[in-house]
Amino acid sequence: MVALPETQVSTSSTTGRPVTTDRPAGTRPESATRNTTTGDKYATRTGMADSAPTDILEMRGITKTFPGVKALQDVNLTVRRGEIHAICGENGAGKSTLMKVLSGVYPHGTYDGDIVLDGETAKFGTINDSEARGVVIIHQELALVPYLSIAENIFLGNERRRAGGGIDWNKTNAEAAALLEQVGLDETPTTLVSALGVGKQQLIEIAKAISKDVSLLILDEPTAALNDNDSEHLLNLLRQFQAQGITSIMISHKLAEIAEIADRTTIIRDGQSIETFDMSDAGGSSEAIQDRIIRGMVGRDLDNRYPGRESHPGAEVLRIEDWTVHHPTQPGRVVVEKANLNVRAGEVVGIAGLMGAGRTELAMSVFGRSYGRDISGQVYLDGEKVTVGTVPDAIKAGIAYVSEDRKQYGLNLIEDIKRNISAAGLRKLSKNGFVNEHEELKVAGEYRESMNIRTPNVLVEVGKLSGGNQQKVVLSKWLYTAPEVLILDEPTRGIDVGAKYEIYTIINELVAAGKAVLVISSELPELLGICDRIYTLAFGRITGEVDVTSATQEGLMALMTQETTQETKA
Amino acid sequence: MTGIANIKELFTRNLRTSGIYIAFVLIIVLFSALTDGLLLSSRNMTSLVLQFSYILILAIGMVIIIIGGHIDLSVGSVVALTGAVAAVVVIRGGLPWWAGVLAALGTGLLVGAWQGFWVAYVGIPAFIVTLAGMLLFRGLTLEVLNNVSLSPFPSEYTSIASGFLNGLLGGYGYDTFTLVIFAIGVLGFAYNAWRNRRARIAYKQTVEAPVLFVLKLVVVAAVVMWFAYNLATYRGLPAVLIILAVLVMVYTLVTKHSVFGRHVYAIGGNLAAAQLSGVRVKRVNFWMFVNMGFLAAIAGIVYSARSSAAQPAAGNMFELDAIAACFIGGAAVTGGIGTVMGAMVGGLIMAVMSNGMSLMGIDQSTQQIVKGVVLLLAVAFDVWNKKRAAAAR
Repeated sequence: MVALPETQVSTSSTTGRPVTTDRPAGTRPESATRNTTTGDKYATRTGMADSAPTDILEMRGITKTFPGVKALQDVNLTVRRGEIHAICGENGAGKSTLMKVLSGVYPHGTYDGDIVLDGETAKFGTINDSEARGVVIIHQELALVPYLSIAENIFLGNERRRAGGGIDWNKTNAEAAALLEQVGLDETPTTLVSALGVGKQQLIEIAKAISKDVSLLILDEPTAALNDNDSEHLLNLLRQFQAQGITSIMISHKLAEIAEIADRTTIIRDGQSIETFDMSDAGGSSEAIQDRIIRGMVGRDLDNRYPGRESHPGAEVLRIEDWTVHHPTQPGRVVVEKANLNVRAGEVVGIAGLMGAGRTELAMSVFGRSYGRDISGQVYLDGEKVTVGTVPDAIKAGIAYVSEDRKQYGLNLIEDIKRNISAAGLRKLSKNGFVNEHEELKVAGEYRESMNIRTPNVLVEVGKLSGGNQQKVVLSKWLYTAPEVLILDEPTRGIDVGAKYEIYTIINELVAAGKAVLVISSELPELLGICDRIYTLAFGRITGEVDVTSATQEGLMALMTQETTQETKA
Repeated sequence: MTGIANIKELFTRNLRTSGIYIAFVLIIVLFSALTDGLLLSSRNMTSLVLQFSYILILAIGMVIIIIGGHIDLSVGSVVALTGAVAAVVVIRGGLPWWAGVLAALGTGLLVGAWQGFWVAYVGIPAFIVTLAGMLLFRGLTLEVLNNVSLSPFPSEYTSIASGFLNGLLGGYGYDTFTLVIFAIGVLGFAYNAWRNRRARIAYKQTVEAPVLFVLKLVVVAAVVMWFAYNLATYRGLPAVLIILAVLVMVYTLVTKHSVFGRHVYAIGGNLAAAQLSGVRVKRVNFWMFVNMGFLAAIAGIVYSARSSAAQPAAGNMFELDAIAACFIGGAAVTGGIGTVMGAMVGGLIMAVMSNGMSLMGIDQSTQQIVKGVVLLLAVAFDVWNKKRAAAAR
């Protein structure tokens, strides 16, 4: 069917000027009038079938091979106009590859199969080609220039020029201001991006995308780095775009979000498209939908997302008293204030807090003062006061810290698995300053087995592993230092459901072996699922300590947003 | 796996590491053809080693600095300064040759400690610190020498660079000692390769086919022994070559197998991750520069011994040759990648090119142009290769 957009030109005639298909869809009357209640939204859509193709995008039989690997095999994806379409799958299933095929990162000819966009076969050679057709992708890693202003970033590569060729700053800043308002960001366009948090930076990426006349917006893990508030804002924005007729494809590991926002979901497993289903048919409640997605992703029922464990807390291992940390570059700004907490042997203790509450700062300052200045307070290990002024001291004292950002702070991506695993425990592997490499190979091999790191051998570059496997390498590195206390900062961020379960199992094994584990997480269900006790942190202060048996998400959230401190229980 | 697939894999998958060796061989073949075999004459090969030894010594230290993610622009000036100090001690002060050597080494260590302090503990980028050092130490050289050359060094001192070990085991028209030393080296290399191969097999790694493995060893042994024979029939084993060989072996060991070496790679690969893994980053950075100062001093001693003089302008632009050697040898500008062996081959490529072009009577200006283009192409090849690897993911 060759349904070219004449009808859209005609419908747009109400605005008095012809509009091509790649104009922002917000101006289209048909989108504005459509009924947004889930029940009959598709009825409305099929009614339009004669005016424009119902499906904005159809990917047919996409097969993409890399030397030795079939990354995608006969993948089919159909996206209806105006919907929010979720793509779910474990890490390494091929979601990002599929999106790279769609957006022209992998040019036409390097894959098999057809991409049909708006009823026309698309053959994108570059990202610019796909953007010209209204397909814009926002990658998981934000691509903003920190020392340029918001407006400069939005129009980077797409500058608003004056007749002479110079940049029209008035126009640039005025249009940027309008876009910022559209995405609900209250900042002046001249602010430097480096001054903004991740959540706001994500919004700027979106403003940048909609500045490009987008009709199909692809978001790769848009909320992975965002806290709940920012995530909620972003999801609302997507709904707003939907009302304006912009179609969105969203890749996310946060299943609750998908359950909340998506119209349909396509499951990809092992490089193949498994199924596509309407969320309205997926079981009603958010939990039921999530279970449905998980079932598709792992190809089996995951009865319990959190492995069970009997809790037998022993003696106190770590205690922190009156821990106060100041910001490293802004003197006088208190990041953590008089925090008190303790962890016992065989216990998993959670720290719940919104982004910016000081969770990571607390953990890193305890771990050899890796963060902050003017740190005061005491650390006790096994009841004895210790000074851990440097990271080597902390490692020697038996503390391990698994960072929230494994690529930035956890791994040397250009080195192999073996050398990453041994990185923190070289002391144990070396004699007279030289490394015993046979022993190293053996140790790494043992961790590959016990942690189930899925690679042919330990000489594979870590940068080539999936997120879940990378996280297992980081965990192996720290387990090899034989710590008594493990601080895990967002241990399951950006990794798939199956790998998450494995990480939880490892945590359980650790506490069963008498280790003390402190978990920092943004996902409250995760904390409720694996912890014995949970501390809540808000604005640098510990606002509560809750036993998991009596904790609820709502209760925790209330404590996490509480601005005035209450006396913490000793 | 068939032999052909094996060879193909050797050339494609390991292009990044083997490419440099292939290029080296091609350049030698090219220039020996262009110079009618003059390049590979006994006499020329000996002088080539002597002439470029100090660049190679500098490249050993430089590659470690580059792996750590830094750069050192001051080494040329440090070569001049350490040579000048040695000259002042030996020639002007009349002290024995070893006092000059010790003074030069001490100066190198002090210089390294100075630069290491600013880079590691104050946190100033190495580019700036060593740019300042380049001016600073050149100025100090002029001060020390009062702006004039000092010469000549006594013969004990100059024999460091121009001495030959020969006649120790006799021989007829050639030096047996040289051949024996090289033969021991070749056997050591073969044994080591065989052990590595066995370890890889034990660990279920892919290895080349036995035929290919033996062939590789035979080729390496033949080339090395042929080189040795050429040295042996000329004047024997140059003392400089022994210094260089010892340094290469020691530093290969340090970079590949020591904790310090690991830490250097870790810092260059991901600074933050290294820090959080308990690497004492400041300390490692500091010692990297101290080591560079030490090696620059050795290069300074060799250079001054070779020219039997300390000149105010000595070592000019040496830093650029050393840096180029590292990058041609596959070191990454961003840090974390590089090998001592690669830097040596990179340096030798530059050496063979300069030497070959000089033999052909090509003037300096053309030589500079050719060298510049080769450096650019080498890094371009590296970038292209990386892109290819990324696309193959």
